[in-house]
Amino acid sequence: MKHLAFAAGLLGASAAFAETPELTVYTYDSFVSDWGPGPAVEKAFEEVCGCDLKLVGAGDGAALLARIKLEGERSDADVVLGLDTNLTAAAKETGLFADHSVSADYALPVEWTDATFVPYDWGYFAFVHNADATVPTDFKTLADSDTKIVIQDPRSSTPGLGLLLWVKAAYGDEAPAVWKGLSDNVVTVTKGWSEAYGMFLEGEADMVLSYTTSPAYHLIAEEDGSKAAAAFDEGHYMQVEVAGKLANSDQSELADQFLAFMVSDAFQSIIPTTNWMYPAVIPATGLPEGFETLVQPGKSLLLSETEAADVRDAALGEWLDALSQ
Amino acid sequence: MAGRAQPISAFPGIGAALVVAALILGTLAAVAARAEAGTGFGVSDWAALRFTLTQASLSALLSVGLAIPVARALARRRFPGRRLLIALLGAPFILPVIVAILGLLAVFGRAGWLSSLLGLFGLEPVQIYGLHGVVLAHVFFNLPLATRLILQGWQEIPAERFRLAAQLNAGPLAMWQLLEAPMLRRAAPGALAVVFAICLSSFAVALTLGGGPRATTIELAIYQAFRFDFDLGRAALLSGLQLGLTGAAALVALRVSAGEGFGAGLDRAVQRWDGHSRFSRGLDMFWIFLSAAFLLLPLAAIVLAGLPGLAALKGTVWQAAGNSILVSGFSTVILLALALPMAAAVAAGRDGMTELAGILGLAASPLVIGTGLFILIHPIADPFALALPVTALVNAVMALPFAMRILVPRAREVLGRYGRLSLSLDMQGWAFVRHVYLPRMRAQTGFAAGLAAALSMGDLGVVALFADPDFATLPLQIYRLMGAYRMEAAAGAALLLLVLSMGAFWILDRGGRWHAEA
Repeated sequence: MKHLAFAAGLLGASAAFAETPELTVYTYDSFVSDWGPGPAVEKAFEEVCGCDLKLVGAGDGAALLARIKLEGERSDADVVLGLDTNLTAAAKETGLFADHSVSADYALPVEWTDATFVPYDWGYFAFVHNADATVPTDFKTLADSDTKIVIQDPRSSTPGLGLLLWVKAAYGDEAPAVWKGLSDNVVTVTKGWSEAYGMFLEGEADMVLSYTTSPAYHLIAEEDGSKAAAAFDEGHYMQVEVAGKLANSDQSELADQFLAFMVSDAFQSIIPTTNWMYPAVIPATGLPEGFETLVQPGKSLLLSETEAADVRDAALGEWLDALSQ
Repeated sequence: MAGRAQPISAFPGIGAALVVAALILGTLAAVAARAEAGTGFGVSDWAALRFTLTQASLSALLSVGLAIPVARALARRRFPGRRLLIALLGAPFILPVIVAILGLLAVFGRAGWLSSLLGLFGLEPVQIYGLHGVVLAHVFFNLPLATRLILQGWQEIPAERFRLAAQLNAGPLAMWQLLEAPMLRRAAPGALAVVFAICLSSFAVALTLGGGPRATTIELAIYQAFRFDFDLGRAALLSGLQLGLTGAAALVALRVSAGEGFGAGLDRAVQRWDGHSRFSRGLDMFWIFLSAAFLLLPLAAIVLAGLPGLAALKGTVWQAAGNSILVSGFSTVILLALALPMAAAVAAGRDGMTELAGILGLAASPLVIGTGLFILIHPIADPFALALPVTALVNAVMALPFAMRILVPRAREVLGRYGRLSLSLDMQGWAFVRHVYLPRMRAQTGFAAGLAAALSMGDLGVVALFADPDFATLPLQIYRLMGAYRMEAAAGAALLLLVLSMGAFWILDRGGRWHAEA
């Protein structure tokens, strides 16, 4: 009898469970981690959606796209969150994504007109250094100086690819010469951001490739004002992180609701101090205190998604040539 | 030995080998089958192949070359803390790569202890980045393993042989010719092949310490094929190349590794009468101090960095630690279920393919195995729901090569010594396994299980591909902490991982040793 009651309870519970729709969002791993935006976003969205938000982490942005390509039309994902403009061209090529209907008052330094992807945060790549150090203010002075930098490999890291496109966007055909000049400043190249940033904190290099918002973490979370980002005269390359809905989603309406929620205050106010990026839409409460201290680049650089896709392979070849000597 | 009747069947072992081969080759085939027309082998791939082979060969030669005098010193000397030292020597091997790199750099980096020391004398900082840095890091990882494998060779020389040698008044040269050189001829090629295979699939260490894209290995090219080019065909091709190279190295090692054993002994505790001269004593102490300093200083850096962060660890990190212990436990059980029958099959004379299957796990790219499993599982089940069993299984297969190197020599001896006696007593099959095989294999089983448990605990492996927020292992949490700027907490979690891995290793390894030899 007891077993029957238990079984009935279990069936009842799973029936009740089944009534709650589930929205599956694939994202990168650091988004879902306990220290990322994931937990707070999940809570905030579930309060308004009457659904179960399931966040699934898959490596980083590029690994995320690979995962979606592998799964194809069978994918369980309703929304993919965490691609950037260097990946969106390839993402659209899969034909797996559907257009969105979201509009918002974006605070991006560039105009946003993409019909498929909705931006949720953005940042500038920058070299982070100790605030008390005097550092070069453009790539050429950096190349002539003996300032040591640690960077990430564009083949395995998102910031690494960002730097590749930064130099390309700033210097075009001159990029190989710039890289050649930088090669003796590069202490080493790491697989990912964490290794490089960890090495910088241990004093292995004077500067590390990261974001202009990195000093905000140290300032706000650690009350440590000793880190700064160098403003470069060429301007700074941007990363815009986006999300999109899958055409095959079985929760299409919920996915639309999520994308709209994503540019609302509830989501946007979580971003600055968990993802340590600028929110795509400035929430009513403004940016957290401390963000006003961050360096503001004079010029924003961003290749369009087609340009980025076109120059990527050639730029990688130049980078490999220059640094393999 | 082949062809002779054996009290133990080779079939369970061959079955286990087939499972392993199916996993490795099946996942590779799954990836290849999904490939669209991709680019073939390019110029940069040849460069990657050349660099990979160079660094792996140098790393293997140096690791094993240094391991011989260190193991010899440890085999000859008894001193307080010796067991602890031997256990600690296992630590570098089981650390997550990112933690080990930061530990090494804390000692050998531009701002490391060594550079600071040199700075006191007005000297330039150490130039660690380059091929020599890659080799240094690989020796750091693999010297301990090579030392343990070769030390085990020394311990397998029965105590009676040393006694006989002493009675015959054998000098150092005679000892070398009669006992040590033949033992090394048996043990060293296997150790070389294992270290070579490990270094072959190195990626993050090679890139970071190699100082840039000069140090591109095949594994990095595989990674690039996956995430930069999404060219599955190229990934499968490169992974196949890696498997082929490892297989070739293993075959050469098996061919070269020759010579019969030393015959039976009575399992007495080894007592040594040789090496009492002041010179040999000094020489042994030199090697022990040198290796201890080289291996323990970076560990000390990791411990020092981790202590402040230990207090700040949150519940989720402890939960991840629990998951890691669970994975590690399962993985160890799977490993023993595969390795013990496989070792028996190899010892019973059906060595070729089984032994080869045992070493392939080293060469299989975790990315390819993970992706292949994903392709295979996704149509029938939710890969995320299977995160734990899949991780445990893959970790077991990755640890299998080490387990085989540890178990096979002993299994050969057991069958050689007791096979005919057992047959004449009509003790076969399960009775032989229970009363002879398993008890005689106990020390080696403990060592292999300890290594597997520790490796599995520290391995990021495929879990990163199958991760969901509710199931994170400790290495994954360490990466997540670092990715969220929490370097101090990550260092604390790394220390916790070190303690857990060492603890698991210590318990299992000790549990297997019934006599006083460490």
